Amino acid sequence: MTETKKIVKGGSFLIEDIAYQDVFTPEDFTDEHLMIAKTTEEFIENEVVPQVEYLENHEFDRTVKLLKKAGELGLLAADVPEEYEGLGLDKVTSSLITEKMAGSGGFSLSHGAHVGIGSLPIVLFGNEEQKNRYLPLLASGEKLAAYALTEPGSGSDALGARTTARLNAEGTHYILNGEKQWITNAGFADVFVVYAKIDGEKFTAFIVEKTFPGVSTGAEEKKMGIKSSSTRTLILEDVAVPIGNLLGEIGKGHVIAFNILNIGRYKLGVGSVGGSKKAFELTVKYANGRQQFKTPISQFNLTKEKFGTMAAKIYAAESSVYRTIGLYEENQGKLSTEESKDIKLLANSIAEYAIECSLNKFFASEVLAYVTDEGVQIHGGYGFMQEYPIERAYRDARIQRIFEGTNEINRLLVPGTLVKKALKGELPLFQKAMALQEELMMLLPEEPGDEPLAQEKYLVKNAKKIALLAAGLAAQKYGKALEREQEVLANIADLISNVYAMESVVLRTEKAIAKDGLEKSKQKLLYTQIFCQEAFNEMEATAKESLVAIEQGDTLRMMLSSLRKFTRHTPINVIAKKREAADVLIEAERFIV
Amino acid sequence: MNIYVLMKRTFDTEEKIALSGGKINEDGAEFIINPYDEYAIEEAIQVRDANGGEVTVISVGNEETEKQLRTALAMGADKAVLINIEDEIENGDQFTTAKILAEYLKDKDADLIIGGNVAIDNASGQVGPRVAELLTIPYVTTITKLEIDGTNVTVTRDVEGDAEVIETSLPLLVTAQQGLNEPRYPSLPGIMKAKKKPLEELELDDLDLEEEDVEAKTKTIEIYLPPKKEAGRVLTGDLNEQVQELVQLLHTEAKVI
Repeated sequence: MTETKKIVKGGSFLIEDIAYQDVFTPEDFTDEHLMIAKTTEEFIENEVVPQVEYLENHEFDRTVKLLKKAGELGLLAADVPEEYEGLGLDKVTSSLITEKMAGSGGFSLSHGAHVGIGSLPIVLFGNEEQKNRYLPLLASGEKLAAYALTEPGSGSDALGARTTARLNAEGTHYILNGEKQWITNAGFADVFVVYAKIDGEKFTAFIVEKTFPGVSTGAEEKKMGIKSSSTRTLILEDVAVPIGNLLGEIGKGHVIAFNILNIGRYKLGVGSVGGSKKAFELTVKYANGRQQFKTPISQFNLTKEKFGTMAAKIYAAESSVYRTIGLYEENQGKLSTEESKDIKLLANSIAEYAIECSLNKFFASEVLAYVTDEGVQIHGGYGFMQEYPIERAYRDARIQRIFEGTNEINRLLVPGTLVKKALKGELPLFQKAMALQEELMMLLPEEPGDEPLAQEKYLVKNAKKIALLAAGLAAQKYGKALEREQEVLANIADLISNVYAMESVVLRTEKAIAKDGLEKSKQKLLYTQIFCQEAFNEMEATAKESLVAIEQGDTLRMMLSSLRKFTRHTPINVIAKKREAADVLIEAERFIV
Repeated sequence: MNIYVLMKRTFDTEEKIALSGGKINEDGAEFIINPYDEYAIEEAIQVRDANGGEVTVISVGNEETEKQLRTALAMGADKAVLINIEDEIENGDQFTTAKILAEYLKDKDADLIIGGNVAIDNASGQVGPRVAELLTIPYVTTITKLEIDGTNVTVTRDVEGDAEVIETSLPLLVTAQQGLNEPRYPSLPGIMKAKKKPLEELELDDLDLEEEDVEAKTKTIEIYLPPKKEAGRVLTGDLNEQVQELVQLLHTEAKVI
């Protein structure tokens, strides 16, 4: 008999509590994880960074060489199973590689597009023959991959693709026609995963090789950032693709596309964490070296305020993202080799955490946006100059809020998916919302204790109630018409995002204190206090705005009074906490926990 | 070929040194393989790949040293030995380390022993030569090139920027200088394999050594940080005036002449 551990349900964090023992945190990295992270960092530092100028000028033969070198080190093989000459490592490892790659800006996109969206469709959804044919070459870097979904007319509306596929008379090949836009790695990729509609309607994925007649690419795009990555249009003119290259099932391309997007989203979250840490390090080093009024600018309290805020946000993003990766590892690790070849089971196990993936995507990319923006600000005029790497980091960061589903689309997906799960009976969301209404009648003010994290746990508890209050009210009021209330939906997503991030930092810090003691977890505690306070303040304003939009009159007054009950607390002095956190960071000259 | 590498766990080169209670504060510090020992590991792997045999990396240290030994295994060494003296020796010195290493190595029939030229922390450069003395084998320090042909060895050593070529023979101990090679990063397959490679842990007892046998020959009286660097000063005036001022400053301010 196999022991079945209870799997944490996606989205359940909103209505259930979880013990710190059941979440994965960066403090759980093994020695192997850390060694692989270090190898990645050294590869980036010694091989990639010295070539950034050339890469930014589109010298992509260098990118190809670097990717092959990465292949020799095994940095392309983490997600490829051993039976196809990969390393078959866990999700934490491939995430750490993604995080550390992010230090190199655009090159990390070349790497990420190859190992992620380029190779994963074959890893996860390829048949035996396709896996044997392609994966060993992709794992070694002998062949490089790209992913072609977007078209000029279909971005967020991916299923609106116009590219067509038609079976030839002999029944041996599909003939593909169309244009795919903004394809990362297009300049040098050998293998493209392409989506097309068979007979103009059945959305299906294909593996297309560059050498197939009729495949060509357009000119390099002139982009605002990530210039080190190749981005071109992929042009398909009567391309004959062998039927053996149809990926997955006919008409089931969306299963592949959406699940690859889910994975892409949490990986984008990890990459954003890596980019944020790098930008932070650049900035704190600069601030220590730059003197004004005979004082290093890092010593000014307003600079410290910025460092405290940036670091608390990075801590929150890191805690959230690795918690989600832990969920994936737990859930997919549970699948046997046989089960993981069952496309439906596999797809379900990926889709289980669609909510968490979307949350990570928009939260972490906005943390990166914040950190790189403040990074430029702290650099002052120098931050505006191209000699300073923070300038590139700022431009490179901008795309993160756009691709893998814009942050707006991802926000809308969060409440949408939650409601779907509730309707399917997977989450007792409505029951909880009803219970909350009753609880409101009898709610008595509570005082959290003085022990570490008592206040933050109290805030998390109430944060969940605030999110449920707003979501429940919106669902009740609008019913099916809720879909049109996009502003309220986005607000609800923001509330839920803060719940997830707050809970993630509290659990991580609690776990660290249990393991290493309070003395060694001081910095973590400071970040937790700062982040929870600020996120809670934000929630209060967001919830209020939402309630006022949804209700009016006496009901509104009643709802606002409920909100006041949930938000009642004595705030901590975040200014003092940020100074304290910043002093440690300024000494360390990098993000430390 | 039977190759041994002497490795030390040291502070990360980017780590800031802080003192507390008259000792170097190790709290939260990152540790690495002594960079010169990385050259030694790399060279050992290359020699093995060219001549066959086995590379064993040895370190005298504490439980934490296992991490650096695993890294050496991940780079490609075959075996690792940790001689853990944490509980027995509080203040060891170069004599202590050399004595322990020699005791371990004396019956191992080592053909080649490679160490770093110096460790970046205490920088004595003594352990390698002392081990060779105790084993009564020849040694060459600060080498930048190593060529082995049978038992004949040609070594190029760095002498203050110049090169000296020495012919000698195995068994031999050498210490590695920067420029000997370009150490590899542990590859991912290497890291995963390292988990399964043998890492033996020994204590003084296992080597039939008593604490007195390895008691330090030196005593550390005081540890202090170098004085803070003052801002430089540019002397002005014509050359004669500048020289006069410089001499005077060296005499009265720096008090070195």
